[in-house]
Amino acid sequence: MKQFLIFVRKEFYHVARDSKTLLLLFGMPVAQIILFGFALSNEIKNAKVVICDYANDYASHRIIQSIEASNNFDVEKSILSHEDLEKSFQEGTIKLAIIFPGNFNNDLLHLKKAQVQIIADASDPNTANTLTAYATNIMMGYQKELQQSNTGQMMINTNVRMIYNPELKGVTNFVPGVMALVLFLICVLMTSVSIVREKEMGTMEVLLVSPFKPVLVIIAKAVPYFALSLVNLTVILILSVFVMGMPMNGSILLLFFESSLLILTALSLGLLISNSTSSQQTAMLISLIGGMLPVLILTGFMFPLENIPWPLQMIANFVPSKWYYIIVKSIMIKGLGFSAIWKETLILAGMTIFLLVVSIRKFKIRLE
Amino acid sequence: MTDVVLNNISKSYNKGAVKAVKDVSFSVDQGELFGLIGSDGAGKSTIFRVLTTLLLPDSGNASVMGLDIVKDYQAIRNNVGYMPGRFSLYQDLTVEENLLFFATVFNTTIEENYELIEDIYVQIEPFKTRRAGKLSGGMKQKLALCCALIHRPKVLFLDEPTTGVDTVSRKEFWEMLKRLKQQGITILVSTPYMDEATLCERIALIQNGNILSINKPEAIIKQFPQKLFAIKAGNMSHLLEDLRNSKLVSSCNSFGEFHHITFTSGNESETQQRLISLLQQKEKHADLEIRSITPTIEDCFINLMN
Repeated sequence: MKQFLIFVRKEFYHVARDSKTLLLLFGMPVAQIILFGFALSNEIKNAKVVICDYANDYASHRIIQSIEASNNFDVEKSILSHEDLEKSFQEGTIKLAIIFPGNFNNDLLHLKKAQVQIIADASDPNTANTLTAYATNIMMGYQKELQQSNTGQMMINTNVRMIYNPELKGVTNFVPGVMALVLFLICVLMTSVSIVREKEMGTMEVLLVSPFKPVLVIIAKAVPYFALSLVNLTVILILSVFVMGMPMNGSILLLFFESSLLILTALSLGLLISNSTSSQQTAMLISLIGGMLPVLILTGFMFPLENIPWPLQMIANFVPSKWYYIIVKSIMIKGLGFSAIWKETLILAGMTIFLLVVSIRKFKIRLE
Repeated sequence: MTDVVLNNISKSYNKGAVKAVKDVSFSVDQGELFGLIGSDGAGKSTIFRVLTTLLLPDSGNASVMGLDIVKDYQAIRNNVGYMPGRFSLYQDLTVEENLLFFATVFNTTIEENYELIEDIYVQIEPFKTRRAGKLSGGMKQKLALCCALIHRPKVLFLDEPTTGVDTVSRKEFWEMLKRLKQQGITILVSTPYMDEATLCERIALIQNGNILSINKPEAIIKQFPQKLFAIKAGNMSHLLEDLRNSKLVSSCNSFGEFHHITFTSGNESETQQRLISLLQQKEKHADLEIRSITPTIEDCFINLMN
């Protein structure tokens, strides 16, 4: 036990005395959260939209006011001919057009049903989707308002239903993804160099010719990075909730437990890389390139997994961050408990045990 | 009682492409100071790594303290001290932290075996809060020796401990080894410096993975087959050329101030005079000086190599 403790202490010294490692460990997550959270969100602000108000009545005015109030849109009110509308789309000066037909209010009050036409520039399908959703959402809001003040049903159009994320805020999609990405990558990267470093510096030679057990080397290597990753997690969570405006609807304790599990998975993968390579550079390259791309693409926060081809979907099942992403969304946004995520937890735990066993078995007790 | 035994050990790298050690056998007695002498790439480090159980030999068997290097590797690792050829301590840890770390890893404390390392440690103690990476070459080796000794090993393996160390520190280092020997520790040391060979009790001369000779240094010197002469003149490079071309000379090697030569004929005194007159008259060499000398280990090594 004393042996183990001094080894852990040594590992802490290594990290604490290497300013580059420290910067990587604590600077990168903060930078990434902020970068991804702000710059790379798919939330659209100030999109140019044209509103053709043929109705020009009370109801259309109310809806237009709401649209104007939203910072997603930059509204231009005009009545354009259909040709002009098409031209504007072609020129790309507008992203969306909302057309209120005449008698909008009348239809709504008497027929209990009214139509609004929404035309979106679908050359960028993601943007089109998002903008349509924003607009529809505003209509729904007005419809709800009407239902509260009047008796009887009134329908505006569309049956699109947005649950959990009514404002389509990008942050709710990205932050859990970035959390998964950052925690996973940092842990893999840090640990992957740790054993290789001993090999490269020649200290492994001395360590091997000692009573110290290989299993203890591996566990002792993981402990400091585990502790530091928990600190990291706290920083990331504080940033997500207080700076990025991420909701925290579930149990923080459960989130920490699940995050610890992901950290362990990442540490095990890092140790496996470390045990299988012979230079720090190779280890770093493998964990960066081999880690970054799959995590970025196959976690589900950049591209919805439903949209990718099925062979990639199969591969995505082997990416631990995919499962963690589901877990984080369930806890933070939906506020669900353990019973809803036990399957994902089990998968992560299974992966961790598998990786740990393989990396212990791959640990070389000799130099070749 | 023998502490280290090697029987026909062979080891190659790159799937047999590089034969590092070829059929090497020798043994080291308990409490002996045994030297492996050879140039870089001779196979010294490979032998050390095989004995410290870090490498598996391709063929042959070996034992340390009666323990088999393949089967009982953990028992050997628990009881030997090993100082690799390359400085292998934690450069970002201080002198004190390194020592404490290795003491603890070997289940002991610095206090328990302090008297064993005291002589050495007092020299680096003023720098105990300095990081190991910032020490000078000699200091690094002293610290590495302390770390290898802290658990009072029964057998000590020192791979080129004096390489890259200044002359004064080298001398000190060998003094320390002699004191450790008095404590009953078996010491296996390797060095590329021939002048250090005579400081060992017994040596093995090794070249290209083959053992050329194993014996006491004096005995190896006695085995030198011919009489050896040292010769010098005003123009040394010209002299070397002439000596190598001369039919009277069988071997000629440059040794700093002098060239060391042996003669082809058994009648040395006559050949010596013939050579001198030849060099003076025919080749016009000035300031010629020649005398009979006792061979050094290096002479023996070169002789054995050819």
